[in-house]
Amino acid sequence: MYKSFLIKYAEIGIKGKNRFLFEDALVRQAKIALGKIDGDFEVHKESGRIYANAQSDFDFDEAVDALSHVFGIVGICPLVQIEDNGFDDLAEQVIKYIDAEYPDKNKTFKVLARRSRKNYPLDSMEINVEMGARILDAFPDMKVDVHNPEIEINIEIRNKINIYSRIIPGPGGMPVGTAGKATLLLSGGIDSPVAGYMISKRGVQIDAVYFHAPPYTSERAKQKVVDLAKKVSKYSGPIKLFVVNFTEIQMYIYDKCPHEQLTIIMRRYMMKIAEHFAKQEGSLGLITGESIGQVASQTTQSLAATNEVCTLPVYRPVIAFDKQDIVDIALKIDTYETSILPYEDCCTTFVAKHPVTKPNINIIKKSETRLSEEIDRMIEDAINTVEIIEVE
Amino acid sequence: MIVYFDNSATTVVSEKVKDIVLKAMIEDYGNPSSMHLAGVKAEDYIKDAKKKIASIMKVDEKEIYFTSGGTEGNNLAIIGSVMANKRNGNKIITSSIEHASVSNPMKYLEDEGFEVVYLPVDKNGVIDLEALKNEVDDDTILVSIMGVNNEVGAIQPMEEIGAIVKEKNPKTLYHIDAIQAFGKMEIKPKKCKADFVTVSGHKIHGPKGTGFIYIKNKTKVKPLILGGGQQMGMRSGTENVPGIAGLGEAAKEAYDNLNTNVEKMTALKDRLIDGLEKMEGVTVNSKKGNESAPHIVSASFLNVRSEVMLHALEDKGVYISAGSACSSNKPAISRTLRAMKIDDNLLESTVRFSFSANNTEEEVDYCLECINELLPVLKKYVRK
Repeated sequence: MYKSFLIKYAEIGIKGKNRFLFEDALVRQAKIALGKIDGDFEVHKESGRIYANAQSDFDFDEAVDALSHVFGIVGICPLVQIEDNGFDDLAEQVIKYIDAEYPDKNKTFKVLARRSRKNYPLDSMEINVEMGARILDAFPDMKVDVHNPEIEINIEIRNKINIYSRIIPGPGGMPVGTAGKATLLLSGGIDSPVAGYMISKRGVQIDAVYFHAPPYTSERAKQKVVDLAKKVSKYSGPIKLFVVNFTEIQMYIYDKCPHEQLTIIMRRYMMKIAEHFAKQEGSLGLITGESIGQVASQTTQSLAATNEVCTLPVYRPVIAFDKQDIVDIALKIDTYETSILPYEDCCTTFVAKHPVTKPNINIIKKSETRLSEEIDRMIEDAINTVEIIEVE
Repeated sequence: MIVYFDNSATTVVSEKVKDIVLKAMIEDYGNPSSMHLAGVKAEDYIKDAKKKIASIMKVDEKEIYFTSGGTEGNNLAIIGSVMANKRNGNKIITSSIEHASVSNPMKYLEDEGFEVVYLPVDKNGVIDLEALKNEVDDDTILVSIMGVNNEVGAIQPMEEIGAIVKEKNPKTLYHIDAIQAFGKMEIKPKKCKADFVTVSGHKIHGPKGTGFIYIKNKTKVKPLILGGGQQMGMRSGTENVPGIAGLGEAAKEAYDNLNTNVEKMTALKDRLIDGLEKMEGVTVNSKKGNESAPHIVSASFLNVRSEVMLHALEDKGVYISAGSACSSNKPAISRTLRAMKIDDNLLESTVRFSFSANNTEEEVDYCLECINELLPVLKKYVRK
């Protein structure tokens, strides 16, 4: 029955003179999303509305799923679009529509008409009343309820006439590509993919950096991170993943620094290297999945110590989330099952049994001076040997 | 140099096996149940494979049924026999070091209300025969004990077990999971007084997805897979003719060359064990010579987690397997190693090397060389 979708957006509607930029980004993202599924679609904006029209056969559920991954969309309305052939024809089409869409007629409804074409012979109120009467005639089981209807039948009189009643919720947020780029520190855990998703939801395009430490971490652990990036990219669009070999640096820190400080120092170097790639790629911030107090390296003191090496802002969208709240989002975006696969991550071996929880920045810095001989060369090597995987 | 020391996980298909599988796929692809000539030709492959296996095991051809592998065989032997004979009692005896394809069916039967007794093993992984003697009683339906342990290569006294079981209760059924034992030693069900013996094809240079089960004549078993009634109704489904043909050929090759193969693998095993025992902080959990399976060496490297050793050797082209599957925070410690009372700090540091007759002394030497080179570095980086 459906050949078109009306795409509703909320927040971007209020962006003043920049509005067209946001709309264009949304059109672009919707095109990309629909481009991945079977069928040809034409997506365009038209007087404050975005429409996706199928030009060929397509799978309805697949199309809805694709659109529900596009940030910026708050509602997806499967749409019947008809030519204006007079009110009698319209009424007939509406009745046909209701009959197909709602097999059970024991429902309350109201008609909500809008005219942007003011020369239509009936005004909005008249359409509401007259259409309501015709629907009641056709389906005696249906009842009008203007305050709390189960079905709200929207009739929009434009050049063509739109009929819709279902609004499938979209993910909200802002279209990707409207808020620059940021670089995600992606581990194999639960939190970082969620953090990437959340920032991407604000319209930010993302790159990702993963640190692996062969032979202490396996190929499978790396594959898991690629898989996670792929799941996030379903929302964020293509992700450029930088895989950094961190083994030498980890061993060096292990050899030279007090063991209880390993994690903090290691994370400081991870941030530094991630920032290198961020700046190289034009990112304006780093993203981490840190949450206050979750582990020793995420106490406020530890966060301050790792933050200290960065000049770019660090976005920590789950900073005040409980683990369960993060898990809930991970489940929603389908990263959870992958995140909990049991492969070693680089932290397991190089982590102290009793790490510092309140690191003193001066002590940490002093420990780092022990690395002065080799660390710059090692960082350079790690950067030069990076493997780049385009994930989409 | 690529060295494949993971032959207990799976093996390469031999040339002869490849040829016969291909022939059965391309030339004689009929359905063995079809009445025309193409069907008859396909059926000949099955008959031929059965004949080869029956003559190796000195059993009747009618006592061999083809399966999709070790897991299916073990499920059928355990669940199928217990379900068909539950009037005989409520007790099942097994060991504490069985493969998951035995221990999980056991768990299932426990949930169904059966009593399952897990016999302990000694430090070499061999079950306690006295404990077995004490446990087998009038209520015991089934005893299921593996022939060779897959993680450390411990050989169970299959004949003694059979003798004890049948002496205590002639009605008690005896199942040998011979998946790691077959092709590495004589397996004679009659001599062992076994009612079931299960074997997998891909552990002996046969194709994956193949296996067989010996079921002693007239033993009551409830089939697990129902359908067109193939294989006397014991295992419905169109027979995997190419796989069965390959399995038969692989079994024949394994036993045609049994003595030379065993001698060769034992020499490799002893060579590796000798080399490992010279290293500091290495504990070998397998026995030299004929006291354990010829193809398996389990070794623990103090302060080197199994996965790390595995990946470090992988980097050098040597493929082995981890003794236990670890997860990042909660290691799933191997039940076998735990049952053998291996030192706690070695549990997560145990790996398995496993040979086939295709391996060479040079490969063992290369592997030892790699370990010698890696060990000092790997040992250094330990969680403190």
